[in-house]
Amino acid sequence: MALNPDLVGRQYPPSPVYVVGREKVREFAAAINDTNPLSTDLDAARAAGFADLVAPPTFAFVITHVAMGNAMFDPDLGLDYTRVVHGEQRFEYHRPLVAGDEVTVVAMITSIRAAAGNDMLTLRSDVLDPAGDVIVSTHSVIVARGTGSKEAA
Amino acid sequence: MTAAISFDAVEVGTALPDRDVTITRVDLIRYAGASGDFNVIHWNRRIATAVGLPDVIAHGMYTMAQAGRLVTDWIQDPSALVEFGVRFTRPVPVPDDDAGAIVRYSALVAEKLPDRRVRLDIKAVHADATVLGRASAVVQLA
Repeated sequence: MALNPDLVGRQYPPSPVYVVGREKVREFAAAINDTNPLSTDLDAARAAGFADLVAPPTFAFVITHVAMGNAMFDPDLGLDYTRVVHGEQRFEYHRPLVAGDEVTVVAMITSIRAAAGNDMLTLRSDVLDPAGDVIVSTHSVIVARGTGSKEAA
Repeated sequence: MTAAISFDAVEVGTALPDRDVTITRVDLIRYAGASGDFNVIHWNRRIATAVGLPDVIAHGMYTMAQAGRLVTDWIQDPSALVEFGVRFTRPVPVPDDDAGAIVRYSALVAEKLPDRRVRLDIKAVHADATVLGRASAVVQLA
């Protein structure tokens, strides 16, 4: 089943507030073997001018992938989640996420297209500070394999 | 804080230190817990093979995180990263053994940009195949 193209531009309500936890940053850094002291050593992070531990660059996806679910599971969209793979991921950083940040995520469908028999869904998720300023934007291409047309083989 | 690398010290073609990253099953379990991505194809061979995969596969975001680490270990300041993007072109199967899957990461300066920024092109290769396509980062150098 092809995705509903009318949903391009649909924006979802802000996520509940996510508090970036100091130990979550440490746990994530350890999980990817990131030994940067700014992500593990509070004194080092503060000496470098940060309020707290600095999250590794891809940590933002931990926050945004939950909000992306609002779009992916939108019943109007018609996405078969069992056929989904992550096709592309891009981040635009305005500043790094730091432990103690209280953020919300606003997700939006920016593109729906078919290519080589697959449906391609592009989602933008903005991670916002309490003032509404963007900390980081993530752009994710979600591929639903073999649902776009009869050409799927 | 600023990046540990000066814009004046690099040219197009300057290579970052490359590295091999070994991925074993426990790395995927740990990443699942830390990231909240518990998709079964990353830890259950029975279901992974049932949906046509050769084995349990690494999270794409784990392979991207390793590319990010190559960059942030070079500049040392994660706040100097401006943009970072990849395509997930091929899955990385992770066998249930101690050897794991080895991915070779490398990167070089592809373009010098205004405002002392550079674009890095990143490569990630597993079993002679590219696993991250169009992988690049824009970083603010000192």
